Amino acid sequence: MIMKALVKEFEKILGQDNVFQDETDRATYSYDAAVLDPVLPSLVLRPTSSETLGKVVGLCNEHALPLTVRGAGTNLSGGTIPTAGGVVVLTNALNRIIEINEEDLYAVVEPGVVTAKFAAAVEAKGLFYPPDPGSQAVSTLGGNVAENAGGLRGLRYGVTRDYVMGLEFFDVNGELVKAGARTVKCVAGYNLGGLMVGSEGTLGVFDKIILKLIPMPPARKAMMAIFNDINKASETVSAIIAHRIVPVTLEFMDNFTIRAVEDFSHAGLPVDAAALLLIEVDGHPVQVEEDAEKVESLCRKMGAMSIRVAQDAAERDKVWEARRAALSALSRVKPTTVLEDATVPRSKIPAMIRSIEEIARQFNLTIGTFGHAGDGNLHPTILTDRRNHEEWGRVEKAIDAIFDRALALGGTLSGEHGIGLAKSRYLEKETSRATILYSRRIKAALDPKNILNPGKIIGG
Amino acid sequence: MYDMHKLAQLMGELEDQLVVCMRCGMCQAVCPVFAETGRESDVARGKLALLDGLLQQMFEDPHGVSQRLSKCLLCGSCAANCPSGVKVLEIFLKARAILSGYIGLPPAKRALFRGLLAQPALFDRLLRWASKIQGIFLKPADELLGSSCARFQSPLADRHVKALAPVSLRRRAGSSSSPAGRSGLRAGFFVGCLVDKVFPEVGEAVLRSLEYHGVGVHLPGEQGCCGIPALSSGDLTAFTELVRYNLERFGADTCDVLVTACATCTATIKKIWPLMAQDLTAEEQNQVLELAEKTMDISAFLVDRVGVNPSVASGSPEEIITYHDPCHLKKSLGVAAQPRALLRANPGKRLVEMVEADRCCGCGGSFNLQHYAISASIGMRKRDNIVNSGCRMVATSCPACMLQITDMLSQGGDAIQVKHAIEVYAESLPTSE
Repeated sequence: MIMKALVKEFEKILGQDNVFQDETDRATYSYDAAVLDPVLPSLVLRPTSSETLGKVVGLCNEHALPLTVRGAGTNLSGGTIPTAGGVVVLTNALNRIIEINEEDLYAVVEPGVVTAKFAAAVEAKGLFYPPDPGSQAVSTLGGNVAENAGGLRGLRYGVTRDYVMGLEFFDVNGELVKAGARTVKCVAGYNLGGLMVGSEGTLGVFDKIILKLIPMPPARKAMMAIFNDINKASETVSAIIAHRIVPVTLEFMDNFTIRAVEDFSHAGLPVDAAALLLIEVDGHPVQVEEDAEKVESLCRKMGAMSIRVAQDAAERDKVWEARRAALSALSRVKPTTVLEDATVPRSKIPAMIRSIEEIARQFNLTIGTFGHAGDGNLHPTILTDRRNHEEWGRVEKAIDAIFDRALALGGTLSGEHGIGLAKSRYLEKETSRATILYSRRIKAALDPKNILNPGKIIGG
Repeated sequence: MYDMHKLAQLMGELEDQLVVCMRCGMCQAVCPVFAETGRESDVARGKLALLDGLLQQMFEDPHGVSQRLSKCLLCGSCAANCPSGVKVLEIFLKARAILSGYIGLPPAKRALFRGLLAQPALFDRLLRWASKIQGIFLKPADELLGSSCARFQSPLADRHVKALAPVSLRRRAGSSSSPAGRSGLRAGFFVGCLVDKVFPEVGEAVLRSLEYHGVGVHLPGEQGCCGIPALSSGDLTAFTELVRYNLERFGADTCDVLVTACATCTATIKKIWPLMAQDLTAEEQNQVLELAEKTMDISAFLVDRVGVNPSVASGSPEEIITYHDPCHLKKSLGVAAQPRALLRANPGKRLVEMVEADRCCGCGGSFNLQHYAISASIGMRKRDNIVNSGCRMVATSCPACMLQITDMLSQGGDAIQVKHAIEVYAESLPTSE
């Protein structure tokens, strides 16, 4: 337990209302969206200003108190599950959009700004912030940067990393460190921003984030290609890329997912299809037409049964809403939903999809597969009941098999959900012993008392 | 107090529903309370995690959990947007009942629900008396809205309330029973406490509309509360007594449909009664299911069953009216088009939608009593949206929403009237004589 005197000090800095001591309140910060056991923090702190955030970090370090920063708590790899005896620091009172600069195409935000609210504010000015993780309606930009979140538009527009121009963050002593700039080009000093993106709260605590904005593409077109053979669908993905067409989004759904989504959203998906691809192209109107035609004829050539082109914005939105509902819809099927995001080079998508089918058969499990096929990032989703110990054993083996297969195909453990607690023991498999040790040396140098989200990514 | 076997049985039922929550956190986007406080224990995911923690015996604080559980509007925004389909309201109501059974109801609530609310005749008498003396405590606040505020420092704090009507609806109308008219239908009219005692004019508009359309009426002079105030405090005993009391008055052969003008009463009878009927006999449970099946919001009844169909308005009337969707009508029952159709049927009004028409007004029944600051803050957002619509009148379909919106507009000093959709409709009907 934390000493009373220290609690008092936190209360002095933050005000009593922003220090949660009750066990019942603390229990609501013991979990995130990962299928892992909850861990009760000893205190929950909610700074409401940059200044008090820095003080909190410094004070935690002084007292060697483990600290886990939490935005919306939607993490899928346990990155926001606190350490026993540690504190949770909430960012949801640090939620101001400080600046949207239309001349220089950047924005400055506090870490607790909700992704979708930010995207809407930017769009209101005719600009575009592309990263759109599945949880964007609630996820925070601080969390997106800490996890290097992806989304549906990664194929053409990249991921959160590609939009971080600069960062201000507190080091473990509560001192402010500045990385990057408000300029397109900047080579002043180490690329500390690059180190912080995807560091999952283990190397510093974000105070402000400078994000790149781009002009809103003037036109877009969405379509749905329906296949009666899952292989034909996955081969179409590779064919589109091979033909040098880069859609904004190229999403895959298998039959199981299609049926689950349709049950839930009644979006008019073809429930008999073996698989479908949801494709969107954007850009200049003429180019959009041209690309859409190319994609359409390619889909037909590859054996699509039919192709539906969204006729208006409402139809398009319906398609994407259905896709966004995929995880949630699958989660209705069984009590426990294990969502993986092993990712392979995109040409290997057909092989990976076949492997997942084999693994589902081998371990006798229900796996729905959907995901960002265009960038090689699939979401095989295992539907199970964690209370069934025998089945859970098979689930763990299947996860191992999925990772092994993805790595054998030259892929990675995680495309966008992070390593967190859930995958830290697998990281060496993908990298090397030396990589882990190198990372641990960085961590030890920057955070000698190991207080910043300990145990995440590199274990220890 | 429950016996342990029953407690275990209820708990087991909850467990299967609790595991459905995958902790995705999407409820944070829509919860009105969380939007104000930003505290995880205020959003459905947090509350579900607490209940789960209690069941798994991860911590032992039923009282703390119960307290946090009651800090909820029961508006159902989370359930309506829950990707995993967690039956949030059902879980919360059952959990409140389990926890109240375990901890015991506070004596004041016990006296209020079992000694008063569950004794409808006594309740009616007491409030009749209260309506006569309330002037001592209340002074008028806003003439247009008919609101009042406290004369002295009182538990009302800054609220601008609607005073009790001098004569309740059921006193005005008495028992009445008329045969099915030209519509061939006979409607039971479940009045509900607020319509009866605070907004009898809404009840009169219901009766007038039914009469106009040749719908026979079954209106028992003695009726009870729908039971939701007791149930949301976890008092299953008082709730069950009230269900039974009302069942006796709306038996199978008394009416073809049961109409109410209260979104909360409608949703309670239609959805909650069947859900929480476990203490009734098998025969009574069947009656509950039958009654639930034929329960309808008055606007849904007039549009879907009687066939009220507003002709396309000619011209564009000056007076702008806007509509607030009660949570228990739109989110619980999917009724949103029908009340709007009734408004369009009034040729003197032009319906203009406000922003976030279906966002909760923040009333939440007893939530308003226990957490007035949060309730008012949510209500002020509603008030701003109403004012920004440029309307002169706001309509809705729930007397509880009417109370809250009246309070907010009255405090804001806004010259906007608050009406029930059925009042706006009835006003447009030609006078019969």
